Amino acid sequence: MSESRRRPRGRTIVKHLILSAVAVVIAFPFYWMLTTAFKSFFEATLFPPTLFPTEAHPENFAQAWAAAPWARYFANTVIIAAFVTAGEVTTAVLAAYAFARMRFRGKQLIFMLFLATLMIPSEATLIPNFVLVTKYLRWSDTLHVQIVPFLASAFSIFLLRQHFLSIPNELADAARIDGAGHLRFLRSVVLPLSIPVLVTVALIQGIGVWDGFLWPLLVTSSDTVRPIQVGMAQFRTEFGAQYHLEMAAATFVIAPIVLVFLIAQRHLIQGVARTGIRG
Amino acid sequence: MRVAAIPAVRESGTRRRRIVVEHAVAYLFLLPAALVLLVFHFLPAFAAIYMSLFKWDIVQGAFKGLDNYATVLTGARAEEFWHSLSVSLTYTVITVPIEVVVSLVLAYLLFQKMRGRGIYRTLYYLPYVTATVAAAVIFNWLMNPNYGFFNSLLEDIGIGPQRWLDEPRGLFELIAGSAGMVLPDWAAGPSLALVGVSIFTIWKFIGFQVVIFLAGLGNISTEYYEAARLDGASERQLFTKITLPLLSPTTFFVATVATIGALKAFNQVYIMTNGGPLDTTRVLGYEIFKVFFQQGRIDLGATMAVLLTIIILLFTLFQFRVAERRVHYS
Repeated sequence: MSESRRRPRGRTIVKHLILSAVAVVIAFPFYWMLTTAFKSFFEATLFPPTLFPTEAHPENFAQAWAAAPWARYFANTVIIAAFVTAGEVTTAVLAAYAFARMRFRGKQLIFMLFLATLMIPSEATLIPNFVLVTKYLRWSDTLHVQIVPFLASAFSIFLLRQHFLSIPNELADAARIDGAGHLRFLRSVVLPLSIPVLVTVALIQGIGVWDGFLWPLLVTSSDTVRPIQVGMAQFRTEFGAQYHLEMAAATFVIAPIVLVFLIAQRHLIQGVARTGIRG
Repeated sequence: MRVAAIPAVRESGTRRRRIVVEHAVAYLFLLPAALVLLVFHFLPAFAAIYMSLFKWDIVQGAFKGLDNYATVLTGARAEEFWHSLSVSLTYTVITVPIEVVVSLVLAYLLFQKMRGRGIYRTLYYLPYVTATVAAAVIFNWLMNPNYGFFNSLLEDIGIGPQRWLDEPRGLFELIAGSAGMVLPDWAAGPSLALVGVSIFTIWKFIGFQVVIFLAGLGNISTEYYEAARLDGASERQLFTKITLPLLSPTTFFVATVATIGALKAFNQVYIMTNGGPLDTTRVLGYEIFKVFFQQGRIDLGATMAVLLTIIILLFTLFQFRVAERRVHYS
C-alpha cells in the first residue's frame, strides 16, 4: 500500500527533474543572448565567459539600435505583416464561406485545386515567382512584392472552412427567413462565432511574416523596404564581431514576437495542435 | 397544394434567378483567393518544370528537353547535386529521429496532469516562434570558436575547444582523433558544422512537435488505459502496448513533417555557415539558392527545385498512404 503511494510521488519528482532540465537547455540561449547584450565588449570576449555580467551596459541597446535603420526595418515588417494578415484573412474568410455554406457548380473540383497548392513546396514556386516579380511585373525592391504573393493561403481557407461547416444550419435558415443575404449572414453571425479561429489564422500568418527571410532576401535590395530578418542578417555582416551589440540587436528583434506569443499563446498552440503546420 | 399554376411558373423563374445569383456571389467570394493561389502557387509549379526544359540564364533560351536533368544528375553539376543531396539526407537523419524521440518523451511526460504543465509547454514552444535569423545568430555566438559558451562547457568536462561551425572534419573523426585513432574517410561522420546546425534545428522545432504529440495523446481514449490497468498492466506496458501503437499516426505525421522541413532547410544554413566549411553544410536548399540566385542559372536551379519537389512529394504521398491505412485500421 505505502509502496504504491510512494512510487508515484518519486516518479513525479523524476518527471519534473527531466522536464526542468530540458526547460533550462531550451531557455539557455535566450538567457545567453540577454546577458551578453548587457556585457561590455571586453567582458563578452572573456574566456571562459562570465555567467552573469559583472557590470550592466544597457547602452549597448542604444548603440546597436543606432548602428542600423532598425526603425525602418520594424516599420516595414509591421506594414507587411498588417497587410498580409488582413488581406489573407479576408480572402480566406470569403473563400471558406463559399466552400462551407454556398452551393455552386464545380465546388469539389475547385476545392481540390485549392488544396493541391498545399502539396506544392515553396522551393518549386520560388524561382518562377522570382522571375515573375522581377522580370515581368518589375516589383523588385518594393513593399508590395512582399505582400501580394501572400494574400491567400489554402491552409487558412481549409482551417476556416472546417470551422464554418460546424456552424448550425438553423442559424443560416433563420437568417435567410429574416431576409439576410450571404454577406450579412457572414458578417453578423459567422464571423462573431469564429473569432478564436480567426485569431489563430491571423497569428500564424503574422508570425510567418515576422519570420520571412528567403523571399525578401531575394527580392529586396535597399533598407527602405527590407524587413527585420533581412535587416538582422545585414547587421550581422557589418557588426558580427561586436558580439555584445549583435546580441542586443537579436534581443529587440525577438522581443516583439515573444511578447505577442506570450499574450496569445493559447490560441496559437491550440490552433497548431489542431492543424499541425510547421514553417 | 395551394400554389396555383401561374405563380409556380413565376416561382421557378425566381428560383432560377436565385441560383444564378448564388453562383455569381460564390464565384465572387472565391475570386480573390483563387487569383493569388493561381498566380503565385499553382502556375509557378508548372512554370518551374517549363523553365527546367530550356536554357535560361538571364533570359529564356533554346529548348533543351531533358538536358538540364542530365547535367544535374550525371553531367557537369552531378557532383555538387549529389553532394548537397547527401548533406540534406545526413542532416535529415541527424535531426528527425532525435526530434521525434525527444518530443515524444517530453509530450508523454507533459501529458499527465501536473503542476507547471502550461509553463513547460510555453517554454518549449518559444524557440519555434522566435525569428529564425536572430535565433541562429545566438547559436553562432554560443558556438563561437574563441569565446563561445559551448567551448567553455567542453572545457569544464575536460575536452579541448572546438571550431564548431567552422569545423569541416567529421564528428566521429574528431572523437576518434581525441583518442588517438585515425578513421577511414567514409567513417568520418557528419562535419561538426553540420552537427552544429542540427543542434539549432532540434532546439527550434522540438516544442512544435511536443504540441502535435500532445494533441495526438489527447485523442487516445482513456478507456484503453483504464481497462489495461484493471488487467494489471505496468506503466511501461501501458506505454509500449497502448500509447505507442495508438499514437503511431501522429508519430508518423511528425516524422514526415520534420523530414520535409529538413529537406527544405535553408535559412539556418545561410545564417550559420553559408554552406561551408568546405561545403559540408551545403544542403539542397542552399545549393538551389546558390545556383539560381548567385550564379544566375535559372534553368539549373529550376531543375534542382523540381527534383527536390519530387523527393518531397514522394515523402508526402508516402505519409498519406500510411495515414490512410491507419485510418482504415482503427
